[in-house]
Amino acid sequence: MESLFFFLASLTLLCALMVVISKNPVHSVLFLIITFFTISGHYVLLNAQFLAVVNIIVYAGAIMVLFLFVIMFLNVKKTGGDNAMKASTISKFAGAIAGGLLFIVLISALKDVTVAGYNPDTYDSQVGMVENLGYVLYTDYLLPFELTSVLFLVAMVGAVMIGKREVGESHF
Amino acid sequence: MESVDLLYKAIYILVIFGITLLIATYSTYFERKIAAFIQDRVGPNRAGPAGLLQPLADAGKLFFKEDFIPAKANKALFILGPGVAMLVATMSSAVIPFGDMLIVGGREVYLQAIEVNIGVLYIFGVVSLGVYGLMIGGWASNNKFSLLGAIRAASQNISYELAMGLSLIAVLMLTGSLSLREIAAQQAGFNWNIWYQPLGFLIFLVCAFAETNRTPFDLPESEAELIGGYHTEYGSMKLGMYLFAEYINIFVVSAVMSTLYFGAYNFPFMENLRQAISDPVLANNVVTIVGVVAMFIKIFLFIFFFMWVRWTLPRFRYDQLMKLGWNILFPLAILNILLTAGGILLKDYFF
Repeated sequence: MESLFFFLASLTLLCALMVVISKNPVHSVLFLIITFFTISGHYVLLNAQFLAVVNIIVYAGAIMVLFLFVIMFLNVKKTGGDNAMKASTISKFAGAIAGGLLFIVLISALKDVTVAGYNPDTYDSQVGMVENLGYVLYTDYLLPFELTSVLFLVAMVGAVMIGKREVGESHF
Repeated sequence: MESVDLLYKAIYILVIFGITLLIATYSTYFERKIAAFIQDRVGPNRAGPAGLLQPLADAGKLFFKEDFIPAKANKALFILGPGVAMLVATMSSAVIPFGDMLIVGGREVYLQAIEVNIGVLYIFGVVSLGVYGLMIGGWASNNKFSLLGAIRAASQNISYELAMGLSLIAVLMLTGSLSLREIAAQQAGFNWNIWYQPLGFLIFLVCAFAETNRTPFDLPESEAELIGGYHTEYGSMKLGMYLFAEYINIFVVSAVMSTLYFGAYNFPFMENLRQAISDPVLANNVVTIVGVVAMFIKIFLFIFFFMWVRWTLPRFRYDQLMKLGWNILFPLAILNILLTAGGILLKDYFF
């Protein structure tokens, strides 16, 4: 089990790195999909099968397809080609500073965290099962759950509004 | 898990894999035979008796064709595309219960490769991955028409997945379980889900046609009007794998429909048969084996239905396809969920 975790973790990190390193954006997207799969593998190791499958359905199955859609249509050439994206020095600096700040935030947030060790008495192996998840979502976390669904509804209405073709002259 | 169980699982998985490939192979033969019957022709009759060796001849032809890769294609992804399509197609039959439980030497042997408590979602997730094979292949060909074909296929699959998922939700509300074994067990005898979910089944059936890219929704590869589609640049066995994956998908979708709506391995008068045999172990085994036969008969009927529709109905226009998916099936599926919920509440209230 331990070695499986280390294998999965190193695979996840490798694929996540390849997302950033790849010259070809389509390769990046494909590596991101593999990353989602390895993360689902982690969920399975934690006995949260429902989360694992939903992660694949939602991220790998739906969102990444749309990503791939857009990137395939844009057909961004590899850097170094004739119409390569040239990043100016200022934007490189800005990116480095923003990334460094994010790194500091992560470090400060995780600095004092202690790993809650494994306690065989209180540990419930069934906690990630779909019944328990549904029970918790609809009792303890009912309000956040419903608020999230309202948020999704608003986003959907917004998408329909933007996508709708208006009659007459267009103003934007 | 004991090593005996593990060995049994390995054998069972191999058997299911073999059966899947065999059925997909002979689907190509029966497709041509049924097409010939419907169009009043003879069909393949040269290779072997009644043309029975035709699939082997086709496979031999595809294997020995020149394996061509376009010069400007993305080579790795070009090869990966058909592989992904094939892998995803063969993955989904893992959770389907092809039969109940056999008792062999006092050991209970379930005729299901893996039992997970999220079986339905597993199938749904794997089906939603099927689109990657097409998209990767279409894009890697470095051909505008292939790319357009891939986009066509992907948008069709995404659109119909939604209605498919919503029609599944009604079944899940009825059964209260995501496990396919549990769903199959609840439909014992003639208590099939189709009696409670006729509308949901219809939606699922239409979506299944669209997901497997079959006529009347075979826009991704409408060879007569638009050029090939995502596999324009493919030849040899790579093309063969794409076409083969389609037949595997038909088999899997037929199995899923039989499991979800037509009672899986259950058949009418099952309990009568069980009681007619005095020895309980023998009775269980006989019922299970008849159940497996019933399951495969249902699957074959669905496969036949797929072919029958292909040679009967003409193709949709693309805007009609999208309209059907979003404006008709999607609201119908939501209506079906509401009706099911209302039905469940009314049943609790009155009975």
